[in-house]
Amino acid sequence: MDIIISGVGKIGLAVISTLVKEGHDVTVIDKNPDIITEVTNIYDVIGVCGNCADCETLQEAGVEKAELFVSFTDSDEMNMLSCFLAKKMGAKHTVARIRNPEYNDHSIGFMRQHLDLSMSVNPELLVAQELYNILKIPSAFKAEYFAKRSLEIIEMKLKADSPLCGKKLSKLREKQNVEFLIGAVLRNGEVIIPDGSFELSEGDIISVAATPGDMQKLLKGLGIITKQARSVMILGGSKTAYYLAKMLLSSGNEVKIIEKSTERCEELSDLVPKAVLINGDGSQQELLLEEGLRSLDAFVALTGMDEENILISIFASNQNVPKVISKVNRDEMVKMAEKLGLDCIVSTKSITSDIILRYTRALENSIDNDSIESLYKIMDGKVEAMEFKVNKGSGLFGVPIKELKIKSGVLIAAITRANKKTIIPSGDDCIEQGDRVIILSARSRITQLSDILR
Amino acid sequence: MNRRMVLYVVGTVIKIEAALMLLPLITALIYKESCSSAILVSIGIALVTGFAMTLIFKPGSKVIYAKEGFVIVSLAWIVMSLIGALPFYISKEIPSFIDAFFETASGFTTTGASILTDVEAMSKGLLFWRSFTHWVGGMGVLVFVMAVIPSVSDRSIHILRAEAPGPVVGKIVPKMKQTARILYIIYIALTFIEFVFLFAGGMPLYDSIIHAVGTAGTGGFGIKADSLGSYSPYIQWVITVFMLLFGVNFNLYYFMLIRKFRSAIRNEELMTYGVIVLFSIVTICVNITPLYETVSESLRHAAFQVAAIISTTGFATTDFNLWPGYSKTLILLLMFIGGCAGSTAGGFKISRIVLLFKNIKRELQKLLHPRAVATIRLDGKRVDEKTISSLGAYLAIYALFMCVVVFLLGFDKFDLETNISVAASCVNNIGPGLGAAGPASSYALYSPFSKVILSFTMLLGRLEIFPLILTFSPSTWVKK
Repeated sequence: MDIIISGVGKIGLAVISTLVKEGHDVTVIDKNPDIITEVTNIYDVIGVCGNCADCETLQEAGVEKAELFVSFTDSDEMNMLSCFLAKKMGAKHTVARIRNPEYNDHSIGFMRQHLDLSMSVNPELLVAQELYNILKIPSAFKAEYFAKRSLEIIEMKLKADSPLCGKKLSKLREKQNVEFLIGAVLRNGEVIIPDGSFELSEGDIISVAATPGDMQKLLKGLGIITKQARSVMILGGSKTAYYLAKMLLSSGNEVKIIEKSTERCEELSDLVPKAVLINGDGSQQELLLEEGLRSLDAFVALTGMDEENILISIFASNQNVPKVISKVNRDEMVKMAEKLGLDCIVSTKSITSDIILRYTRALENSIDNDSIESLYKIMDGKVEAMEFKVNKGSGLFGVPIKELKIKSGVLIAAITRANKKTIIPSGDDCIEQGDRVIILSARSRITQLSDILR
Repeated sequence: MNRRMVLYVVGTVIKIEAALMLLPLITALIYKESCSSAILVSIGIALVTGFAMTLIFKPGSKVIYAKEGFVIVSLAWIVMSLIGALPFYISKEIPSFIDAFFETASGFTTTGASILTDVEAMSKGLLFWRSFTHWVGGMGVLVFVMAVIPSVSDRSIHILRAEAPGPVVGKIVPKMKQTARILYIIYIALTFIEFVFLFAGGMPLYDSIIHAVGTAGTGGFGIKADSLGSYSPYIQWVITVFMLLFGVNFNLYYFMLIRKFRSAIRNEELMTYGVIVLFSIVTICVNITPLYETVSESLRHAAFQVAAIISTTGFATTDFNLWPGYSKTLILLLMFIGGCAGSTAGGFKISRIVLLFKNIKRELQKLLHPRAVATIRLDGKRVDEKTISSLGAYLAIYALFMCVVVFLLGFDKFDLETNISVAASCVNNIGPGLGAAGPASSYALYSPFSKVILSFTMLLGRLEIFPLILTFSPSTWVKK
């Protein structure tokens, strides 16, 4: 598929890397020639140097034949304009990053329609949503929702004192009175799709799928704390912090934001009046303690500096804050932070590239096939969790799952029926029309539901 | 440095070479010649070496950087020439290994300089291999590897950059593999069209193939003692046109294929190329008219020789050694100019010369207006300052390298005119020189020492000097 990406920033690079791995023909536009040289050295892409809202540059990049045009420059207006032009010049689909909160409220639908955008992406909002999901189940360090929030997949790391250690999966399911599935286990960097005889041990990262209601019961039954984080401290008054604060406040939590710049503090207090705004430098430990770091339920580090986020998060963990989340953008830093003992790390890059990945997979899919509704990379990016809506054309109807020849490393995690009932399927269940099927895939690249078959 | 990956790719190249040697083997079998056994043995040696290298050096990581790109390309070309020399040596048709290496290096680098005194005595199978090396070397064997082998590395752009000639090397479509394929498809198609024209003009089948591949790579190995002198004027004209066509940037053919005629025709390099060719043909034609009976004959010879030299092919229809001083001087100058970047031609490249002149103009302007700020533009696009400064470095090393080669040839028994022209001819991958190494004679009389020097000169010239120098500088290999 011919894809043009304009604007090579941190997120742009992550998207490029994902799309090249998928085997697409990628053309990159950026106004800085050095960045273009750098990108073409590292990835198998072609570069065009110029202004992405200039028709000539767009033409040189071959926009008239492009299947997808993605604009990820710093400026929202630039993204909108270049997507608009690209669309008019023949690009089939356009995706723009629009992150200014003012554009993202009521006017976004109107703008999307009139600019002919196929999708607008707001990485900060996506990160905030992810953070919000995690804060709801603090024992997980990643939580994704599928099929209109009727299924939840969380990732958990088993600590030494976890009641799950040393248990066999088949035993676990007998004991608990709820339907759930441990779909994948990450042990020593290797992904395992476990069967009933698999035994969990300390240090495993497991991904658990269940409906939100069952998930609560399950975690309670297992004796894992599930108390929602009630009082949250956010470090850094970024756009993400604003979105997160808004979400947390509307579900009745207490939010404290620490921000260095007085101006930004005033702005934020105008935007989210219910939040407590502290004007100060969050890297000062004294300030954090004074503001009640020790009595918090959760601490979220969202400054623009990876290093600062990591260091302050370590400090917060040492002060026994039950849940510490840090935003880290650079991949190398993520690895290092994990080594330093931080387990809950959120990266803007990967969240955004997941979205684009889902979108391109969906485009590859022909119209009458089953459509991809959502896609997340979980387990350190090694497993893809996908949701398909089953349409007429599918050949999987009515066959019990145990009779389908499913590839190894692929698992049907859940089926949500048209009547909103979600089941964790056993071998006797069938896929029906109108279902939403949630698949976990460890190795194969899946673009349509029938790809799961051998 | 990722040594395993370097050796692995070189091993792959050897395997490809073994496969390519099947073609001369078939030719030898068709003509029932005795050299077929020598070719077979060479294929065996190549296969064993190739497979051994790819098995032993299976790389853990396929990541390569610019450094590995340079080293891969230089080593691959040297090893290719060594292995390609085996059929000549084993069959005893070229008894000395140095001579055989010279001949093969001359073939792969599309130079076309020969040590053979009697070409017509060679077997057809080996003559085919000799000319076919031009075709392989013309577009670049590593480009070929990238086109056929599934993803050598994500960063194979470094290999393309090191192998493809020209100041700026880029892809024409996003994927490396696809770019390599498109280039080869254009190359094969053009070669085939030339073959059809030659064959239709009454040239024997075997001769047509040899000359089509020889022109395509802008090589210049012939199969007759007088190169193309004895063929009909029609054939000489066809070859003239195709030599010029193969001297044009292949990206332009791609632009024409996707109907971007405007950017193809308005290319500054192409226009300069056209102007230089026309000017040279007309003035040489006027200059040599007294030597030939009719104007059309002198025009034909002028056009053929100009095309053969500027495209760095090196075929000949007449001995330009006997031409007057003006024509000989112009021929020597054309040797340095060479074809367009991104073609199969060698030389300094027209685009470099265009940029150089634009830079000189800018420097002059700066002398007049010390505060002037001016950017250099090519085809309406701004040229990066880094490109300009590396161009200066290339010019310096190119000139220095010429001087060193001329100096080293001084130990031999030839006069200065011969030595300078031979150095120019080998650096720019043309073939014939002037004086004692003119189109009517050969390099056979040079000492083995000079032949080794010249073999490496040709390789350095083809790879544009830097890759080989980097490969042989210790700091590339030292583990830090």
